[in-house]
Amino acid sequence: MTDHAHAEDHGDAGHVMPPSILIGTFLALVGLTILTVGSSYFPLGSIELFVAMGIATVKAGLVAVYFMHLRYDKPLNALLLIFSLGFVALFICLTLIDSQSYQADIQAVTAP
Amino acid sequence: MTTVLEPPADAVDHAVHEQGHDPFLAHHFESHQHQFDACKLGMWLFLITEVLFFSGLFCVYAVYRANHPEIFIAGHQFLDKQMGAINTIVLLFSSLTMAWGVRAAQLGQQKLLVWCLSLTLACAGLFLVIKYFEYSAKIRHGVLWAGRFDEKAAAHYLAEHHAAEHAETPAGGGNHGAAHEASSPAAHGDHAHSPEGDAAAPHDPALPKNLGIFFSIYFALTGLHGIHILAGMGAIGWVLWRSVRGDFGPRYYGPVDFVGLYWHLVDLIWIYLFPLLYLIH
Repeated sequence: MTDHAHAEDHGDAGHVMPPSILIGTFLALVGLTILTVGSSYFPLGSIELFVAMGIATVKAGLVAVYFMHLRYDKPLNALLLIFSLGFVALFICLTLIDSQSYQADIQAVTAP
Repeated sequence: MTTVLEPPADAVDHAVHEQGHDPFLAHHFESHQHQFDACKLGMWLFLITEVLFFSGLFCVYAVYRANHPEIFIAGHQFLDKQMGAINTIVLLFSSLTMAWGVRAAQLGQQKLLVWCLSLTLACAGLFLVIKYFEYSAKIRHGVLWAGRFDEKAAAHYLAEHHAAEHAETPAGGGNHGAAHEASSPAAHGDHAHSPEGDAAAPHDPALPKNLGIFFSIYFALTGLHGIHILAGMGAIGWVLWRSVRGDFGPRYYGPVDFVGLYWHLVDLIWIYLFPLLYLIH
């Protein structure tokens, strides 16, 4: 592990990100941006949302793991983020289920 | 966060780099490592409140999109993909310079740190300038939030927008979006050249009901994100000022790292906003 050797060189400064990883992450993010913009020009139908969100999640993961150096951090910080995202998912899913259940009433009122 | 990291006034007077007299080590921490870890945990807790804060608006988006997909299909045609993509790259690049700044601070490379932070600040400014062109084009054409949404003006603007797009497609200009949104007269010119029927053909001119709601969501999400960019610029400016003063080095680089974390989170939110608002149809 070259990363480890690198980190030990700088004693109390913690883990220092090597330039190769920083630039590699940036290039991967740019590539994924081009991919997601390119895919929007093709009619992908119902999977479009999943493709776009999948690519966004990979990008978000790259930012979190390398730019925010969660990979080299105390696991507690990563755990906090993962838990918060779990609660966000719960929040949005439960609200969606709830909102769908009122649609019949709303349609009845707003129908011309 | 900042108050903990500011050295007590009397400690600065006799700044001796001895154990317990370090001007940048608050007296209630045992060591720099101790201080750094506590501050970082605090920063992450703050970032999590930010995630939950934004999730409210993402929830609004999800509910409206699930129930009224047609306003999103119509609404996204008003947004400029190229501008959104350019802004995404600008933000990603600013994240790179920010992360590099943290590295420079850790290695004690003062000049490089100042350069990295200045570049990050410049990219943040560029992002807002591009956003300004996007917003002003929409405001000029009555493409506003529900209640202020001008359906007639918006429909006219959309027809114009597509006319410009059709006229420029064969040229394949990469910066056509920027040219179009920034200078309306050019769009008018293209409109005049292209046949009327061709411009209107691919889209039903009748816009769906309540299209303004899409722009309520658009302005709320991008506006809140823009406010975060402004706040980030303030924070980066503060760190930049301190790095010019020479505060940071391998022993003490916490504030650079924490502002960086915030900045990456702002980038991360944009990574989701861009496809959700500009790309999906």
